[in-house]
Amino acid sequence: MVTAAVAAGRRRGVIVALVLLVALLALVSLGVGPVRMSPLAVLDALVGGGGEVPRVIVQEIRLPRAILGLAIGAILGLSGAALQGLLRNPLASPSLFGAPQAAAFGAVLVIALGVADVRSYALPVAAIVMAFLSVFVLLAVAGRNAGLLILILAGLAISSLAGSATALAMNLSRNPFVALEIAFWLLGSLEDRSFRHVMLALPFIAAGAVILLSQRGALRALSLGEESAQSLGVDVAALRLIVITGVALGVGGAVAVTGTIGFIGLIAPHLMRPLVGYDPARLLVPSALSGAALLLMADIAVRLIPSTSDIKVGVLTSLIGVPFFLYLIMRERRRLGGGVA
Amino acid sequence: MSAPFLVARNLNVTLAHRQVLKDVSFALEKQRLVALVGPNGAGKTTLLRALAGLLPATGAVEVGGEALASLSLRARARRFGYLPQGHMVHWPLPAWDVVALGRYPHGASDPDRLSAQDAAAVMRAMQATGVLEFSGRAATELSGGERSRVALARVLAVEAPVILADEPTAALDPGYQIEVMRNLRTAADSGVLVVVVTHDLGLAARFADSVLVMQEGRLAAHGHPAEALSERVLAEVFRINAFRAGHQHQMIIVPWETVPRETVPRE
Repeated sequence: MVTAAVAAGRRRGVIVALVLLVALLALVSLGVGPVRMSPLAVLDALVGGGGEVPRVIVQEIRLPRAILGLAIGAILGLSGAALQGLLRNPLASPSLFGAPQAAAFGAVLVIALGVADVRSYALPVAAIVMAFLSVFVLLAVAGRNAGLLILILAGLAISSLAGSATALAMNLSRNPFVALEIAFWLLGSLEDRSFRHVMLALPFIAAGAVILLSQRGALRALSLGEESAQSLGVDVAALRLIVITGVALGVGGAVAVTGTIGFIGLIAPHLMRPLVGYDPARLLVPSALSGAALLLMADIAVRLIPSTSDIKVGVLTSLIGVPFFLYLIMRERRRLGGGVA
Repeated sequence: MSAPFLVARNLNVTLAHRQVLKDVSFALEKQRLVALVGPNGAGKTTLLRALAGLLPATGAVEVGGEALASLSLRARARRFGYLPQGHMVHWPLPAWDVVALGRYPHGASDPDRLSAQDAAAVMRAMQATGVLEFSGRAATELSGGERSRVALARVLAVEAPVILADEPTAALDPGYQIEVMRNLRTAADSGVLVVVVTHDLGLAARFADSVLVMQEGRLAAHGHPAEALSERVLAEVFRINAFRAGHQHQMIIVPWETVPRETVPRE
């Protein structure tokens, strides 16, 4: 097929272009901050050239931030694409299942109880545990063979519950500084992250990514609907569990070190569809790359926008993401009026 | 008489505390087009799903001498080409990619990297239903008739010994209805056992080798169209009488009038 060959060539081109864009953004991210550096100076400092000061700034202060921005943006984009494929709904995103909200609650609980401060290992562990827990509760409430509408409603309830529980934890915290610390942490930020944060989040993010990518073929078959997919040999119930687990691992790990950064997972797949088509399998890698590019861009922007105090990157992604979400609802409302499932 | 290929023994299915299938038993041979008819809610779709192993049933299904229960999901998928009611595609995938999913049970999950054998099967299926020309077009942008041909091609591409089609002619204009039945007829003539659910008794009488009639979860009649769709069966099961005739050596049944029910009305 000539058209198929052209489409395949274009998809490869898009992926190469995205890889280059992400690499460039990572270099820019390493150069932005109180001490501005050109991409060339950054490259020099990365390989150990230049002076002691630029080397420390780039390798120890900014590199963890860039790595986290890249990895977390990627897993959020990938999770969004996988969930949209699973639900066959372009409005799906990780927050739909309440996993990030639950993860945030886990972390907030640790801070509020005074068990540990925001740089402790207890934080990510609690976040991941709560992300898992929320998913298991979701499946228990919705039932093993639940329809997608039930899953969406249950996810909504769980994210509301996690939000209320978070508010309660802040409400009951013993001193105002803790509440303030929680509030700032909830906004989502990549500032002041160290390699310890990278080491904590990365294994979970990598595991989540591998799990999600392994389900490519099954997600493509699911384009025909659950019944057809099942008749083609896809274990739809297992697929659902696997995808949700992958999302929980990746998102739980990400939320633990950065707080909640929303809407990357929603936007990234939408940006890619006009370029690589609608096939949920072919959308995964480009969505991960565009998610990485989006978060790196947002994280560069918060350092460039002049302001009296730091703008949190989670605030910026929400400010851009929510209007985009509303636009999507408007675009999709005719189709969705017919039912979500 | 060749040996039966698809055997159902005492199939029972209970969904949400309601028994939807009650002791359904039959044996079907290959190279046959079998129409599955019955009033709304008689259990036709449930029977189709139970045969394909898509929902839990008690009793036994054997396909090609093997127990369905002993087969993996993939192995089942290679034996049954299943066309569900409505057969929609949720994303605008190219028609080629949709049909190529018919090779998924054979281990081909990427439509860009099909083996020569898989690609040949996809080509054959698309040629059989005349959709090769739409290969690159999005399945969601095709007309209803074109889309149903793509869906049928996807099922044919499995190259399974059994095809189960749930109301493939619903919502199609008469021309497409005949076309779909002809395609299924051709598949049957080439050796496949085709079971097709339909509400159109005329199409059933004309194209099928035999008819299974379902009523309230039971098999009410099974046999040659002339026997299975007899006046008595139509009156008892469908509460209708029909105009009957013959044309070009084929049977014509046109539902004509409802008949009053003597028995106690249900519900």
